[in-house]
Amino acid sequence: MGEEAAREKMARAQGSGKAVSVAPGIPGTLMTPMTSVASGIPVAPVLLRGARLVDPAVGRDEVADILIEGGRIANIGPDLGSAADAHGQDGAPIVVECAGKIAAPGLVDIHVHLREPGREDKETVATGTRAAAHGGFTGIAAMPNTSPVCDTGSKARFLRERAAAEGLVRVYPIGACTVGSKGEALAEMGDMLAEGAVAFSDDGHGVQSAGMTRLVMDYAKQFGATVISHCEDEGLVGRGVVNEGSASTRLGLPGWPAAAEEIHAARDIRLAELTGCRLHLAHLSTAGSVGLVRAAKKRGISVTCEVTPHHLFLDEGALGDAYDTNLKMNPPLRTAADREALVAALLDGTVDCIASDHAPHAPHEKALEFELAPFGTTGLETALPLMVTNLIGSSSCGTAGSLGGSNLPGSAGRLDWGTLVQLMAHGPRKVLGLSPVHLEKGAVADITVIDPEAEVPVVPEFFESRSANSAFLGTTLSGKATEVLVGGRFALRNGKVVGT
Amino acid sequence: MLATKHIISIEDLTPAEIELVLDTAESFKEVNERRIKKLPTLRGRTIVNLFLEPSTRTRTSFEIAAKRLSADAVNFSGDASATVKGESLADTAETLSAMVCDLVVVRHRYAGAPQILARHMDAHVINGGDGMHEHPTQALLDLFTMRERLGRLHGLRVGIVGDVCHSRVAGSLVRGLIAVGAHPVLIAPPTLLPARADALGVKAVTSLDDVLPELDVVYLLRVQMERAEGMPFPSLREYARLFGMNEARLARMRPDAIIMHPGPMNRGVEISAGVADSDRSLVLDQVNAGVAVRMAAMYLLLGGED
Repeated sequence: MGEEAAREKMARAQGSGKAVSVAPGIPGTLMTPMTSVASGIPVAPVLLRGARLVDPAVGRDEVADILIEGGRIANIGPDLGSAADAHGQDGAPIVVECAGKIAAPGLVDIHVHLREPGREDKETVATGTRAAAHGGFTGIAAMPNTSPVCDTGSKARFLRERAAAEGLVRVYPIGACTVGSKGEALAEMGDMLAEGAVAFSDDGHGVQSAGMTRLVMDYAKQFGATVISHCEDEGLVGRGVVNEGSASTRLGLPGWPAAAEEIHAARDIRLAELTGCRLHLAHLSTAGSVGLVRAAKKRGISVTCEVTPHHLFLDEGALGDAYDTNLKMNPPLRTAADREALVAALLDGTVDCIASDHAPHAPHEKALEFELAPFGTTGLETALPLMVTNLIGSSSCGTAGSLGGSNLPGSAGRLDWGTLVQLMAHGPRKVLGLSPVHLEKGAVADITVIDPEAEVPVVPEFFESRSANSAFLGTTLSGKATEVLVGGRFALRNGKVVGT
Repeated sequence: MLATKHIISIEDLTPAEIELVLDTAESFKEVNERRIKKLPTLRGRTIVNLFLEPSTRTRTSFEIAAKRLSADAVNFSGDASATVKGESLADTAETLSAMVCDLVVVRHRYAGAPQILARHMDAHVINGGDGMHEHPTQALLDLFTMRERLGRLHGLRVGIVGDVCHSRVAGSLVRGLIAVGAHPVLIAPPTLLPARADALGVKAVTSLDDVLPELDVVYLLRVQMERAEGMPFPSLREYARLFGMNEARLARMRPDAIIMHPGPMNRGVEISAGVADSDRSLVLDQVNAGVAVRMAAMYLLLGGED
């Protein structure tokens, strides 16, 4: 990006607190200032025929056709097939039969660890965006805790350029709040914004000092940028690896108390109030934390939050006595009551979005002793199926398999498709201040088509990700993306990843 | 013989199997009194003592037990930390498996390590202590000692005093006592109690003196003097005053009540020298029972395979 363009973007970001919109696509390519996907191949028109279109933001829930041309939605309406054919032989669209499927604005996962640069053995931009497409996402935000940490403009630019060269879906870099995410000195946020970063976080561990956090929020505020907090008071967590309580007692493992998250969340909410900075709380895991967010929103504080599918659908009971390191994540699996409180917060609007906290790890690392193995589960390819299976459900699909505690009895049917789209498409963009994407004429054609009945056997071979450390291995889920269009181009078609 | 292949948790044994181990240990204890203390039972079998955390007492006890049953006992020591040692526990397990051994006794500083071994090798696994989780043969020898001295286990009131939350000894003993119908109670300052004693099905109290007169057994845990995160109580002096077993407290106990300790003892901290050396203290009986109980565990896991 030229200096002028960068200045312009910063000015826009500063002025409105609004993210840069997707630039008008040059026909056949996709050029946007903040996001990139591999480009250069002409985009043929596409007709999505007969899907149930769900977009609560524009009040749409109807069965209709979508015609996509030049990377945008050219038309929406019943029976567009004949009109499209009238274009003539050059512009004959690719027709995708979507009867029985849901078409939604493209899903976005704002909490992904792509591992590039530094740990390309676990994941790369190429494999991570393949996994994203496979999971139904048109865009993902990449956390900065790579090696090196993404804490300067040139490192954000590296990621953007890798995404332009190899990414199948849009990649939004998240920059570090502090140099090296060490919590000691402000990182160059303005520089990173100019190079494509969309938000800031020291994810992986919390910024321990309240003073430093205040400095970060005060400084970030000038850009209207969201600061994302990983809430973990390290003094309370110590060596903790599982929820402090029943699990830590039974398994003889160091406990990670709920209070360590809640104290940090309460502190950062108060600092958001003090500074006026937009605050987003990552991967909340406890009843207390979502309670704090609910109260803060009532008071008008600018705070949003996400929850992960693993915290929604698993609790510490799933640990059993197998010491399965795929169930070791940070924050840890909590109690059944916490899990139920997260579902309630999802349904009452306290939770703004679902995020997977996709954390790929090498098998030899996860094969270590529980206390030595790294934290994290993959999530990009199971997030949508888990939401559909456990909260929407369908007449024909079974529940998640035999993994202890993975089912929410009686939960299917608690979520409607409109709310799911809100939580996985609109909510994530709003949290990061990205331009909204709607199912309407003229909109950028970032679209996810979902087959609610498609069976998803969660086995290592299922994953496009370079890693298979899923907490849900061995289960069978229902509901999967079959098509993903990014700027009108297929990243997923017939359930298969398209492209390099 | 036992239904379980491994003894990783005391809960791998049914209450009837716990009794079987203790009964079997009784006959082995008699063997240990003979001039020739060796049986041919496990001749030709290979037992590896995989001790990845420093331990002399427990390793020696297992080694003597294996040798008295005529097994070939091999000691394999090292550093638990894969990051230091460079070989993962899974690889160590497969290496030992390739050497073809029959039983591995594992001591490891991290909970769940025996499960990794069990997943990666064909041999039987006895947990010789994993992190803060369990140490089942210690619980078995403690149950043996209680039963031998008091004549029963069912209904016994056992106070487990001290650093419960970091203690694998307590982790197995509580489960074992509950399994045989005894009534354990945890006694410690709140900073040394587990987060959820009820998850183990046990009550916790913070005053030793309140419950002392009701107890049949006072089981003292070793105070860990070498703690990285700072001491969870102000001083050893204060600990001894509140939770240490001394002659004055001994006088308040039931006349037949006993004192136990898994060793090694910190005299003057959790136990006074006078109590440690009194006839109410069964510390050396525990050590003695350890060899017999471990012989019984090895025999019952391996002996029926021929």
